[in-house]
Amino acid sequence: MDLDIYLYKEELKMEIKVVGPGCKKCQVLYHQVLRAEEDLKRNDKVTKVEKYEDMMAYNILSTPALVINEKVMCSGRIASTDEIKKWILERE
Amino acid sequence: MQFIKSFFSFINDQFLKMKWLDDIVRWLFGDVIKIDKDSMFFESISFFVYDVIKIFILLSILIFIASYIQSYFSPERTRKILSKHKGIGANTIGALLGTVTPFCSCSSIPIFIGFTKAGLPLGVTFSFLISSPLVDLASVILLASIFNWKIAIAYVVVGLLIAIFGGSMISLFKMEKYVESFVMENRQSINENNEACDLSVMTKKDRVSYSFDQVKEIIHRVWLYVLIGVGIGAIIHGFIPQTFIENILGDKNPFSVIIATLLGIPMYADIFGTLPIAEALVFKGVNIGTVLAFMMAVTALSLPSLIMLKKVVKTKLLLTFVGIVTIGIILMGYLFNGFGYLFI
Repeated sequence: MDLDIYLYKEELKMEIKVVGPGCKKCQVLYHQVLRAEEDLKRNDKVTKVEKYEDMMAYNILSTPALVINEKVMCSGRIASTDEIKKWILERE
Repeated sequence: MQFIKSFFSFINDQFLKMKWLDDIVRWLFGDVIKIDKDSMFFESISFFVYDVIKIFILLSILIFIASYIQSYFSPERTRKILSKHKGIGANTIGALLGTVTPFCSCSSIPIFIGFTKAGLPLGVTFSFLISSPLVDLASVILLASIFNWKIAIAYVVVGLLIAIFGGSMISLFKMEKYVESFVMENRQSINENNEACDLSVMTKKDRVSYSFDQVKEIIHRVWLYVLIGVGIGAIIHGFIPQTFIENILGDKNPFSVIIATLLGIPMYADIFGTLPIAEALVFKGVNIGTVLAFMMAVTALSLPSLIMLKKVVKTKLLLTFVGIVTIGIILMGYLFNGFGYLFI
């Protein structure tokens, strides 16, 4: 039973990426995402994309950017936790 | 006419230069705390306290206004506008948009990649990247506060000219092959896919809160540089003998502009941190061209930004970029020293 729930959750997991070279703003955004995850009691895969070669795939001009399941939700500013929560629920 | 003139000089003195604040600070240290008014320490401490308070008040107001204006110019929009122009016109618009497009310094590489990938000429991108840290809306008004409007406007014009000239040179030298290959792959016009939070679709309320966030963030980022800058300014103001500074940076030394420029290049500071140093240097009799060369060298070129740029361009282009900007700044410095009497 426990394993079932685990598998079910694993399938629903989204990939959230914080894209940016790792400056202060990027770190703040990363923590906002973690807070949103905590509030929503979710356990999505949150990663950082810090290499310029990898960032290019998302066609963004300003960092930090927030990418959910490979779609750029926002770039150039730090989104609020509420916005991030909204986007996570939207993209689900 | 006389009335209008004195009205404006009143506004300028009290709001921009904040003479009332200077008076209060001097009264506080001289008459209340009773520090000897002729001592060097009195000069230093008054300059420090007055300048710190003045810069932070002006900075908060100016960043707010500048951010509000900037919220209409997202990098995406700038790229779109630039892709419609060619030649020196594109360099000029690139330099102009550089002054109003907001981005933090760590975004300069994504912007470089994004502009280049979209097929914009390399020179136009460089015009944008040179003018962006050099000419900043808020800093121009601060310059007017510390010096005067003529100098502030001259600074803007010269900064833009250096950006246009630098970018045009890089176009002329056909440096495209010196950009790292991963940037040059698949260059094409990019169709914008508008994001959920694109700056240009913000409501008025969004712009106000964006501007507040910018004030908080920029002050948070620069306060230390401002304190250090004012600190150095205060030491120059009070403790370093005038003759010493005059010998190195004064008009007796024909290399003063070159020394000031080379001194400024490796330094990394925000333009807001360099202004108080410039203020103190001018007070000590250093020529305006020399001081502006120093400021421009500090803000336009810095070791950290060059190291970042190195990740996307090859050494030859990097050196060309540094060389052109350095020459531009030095020329500007000597020109200002030559015609400086027009501005003061």
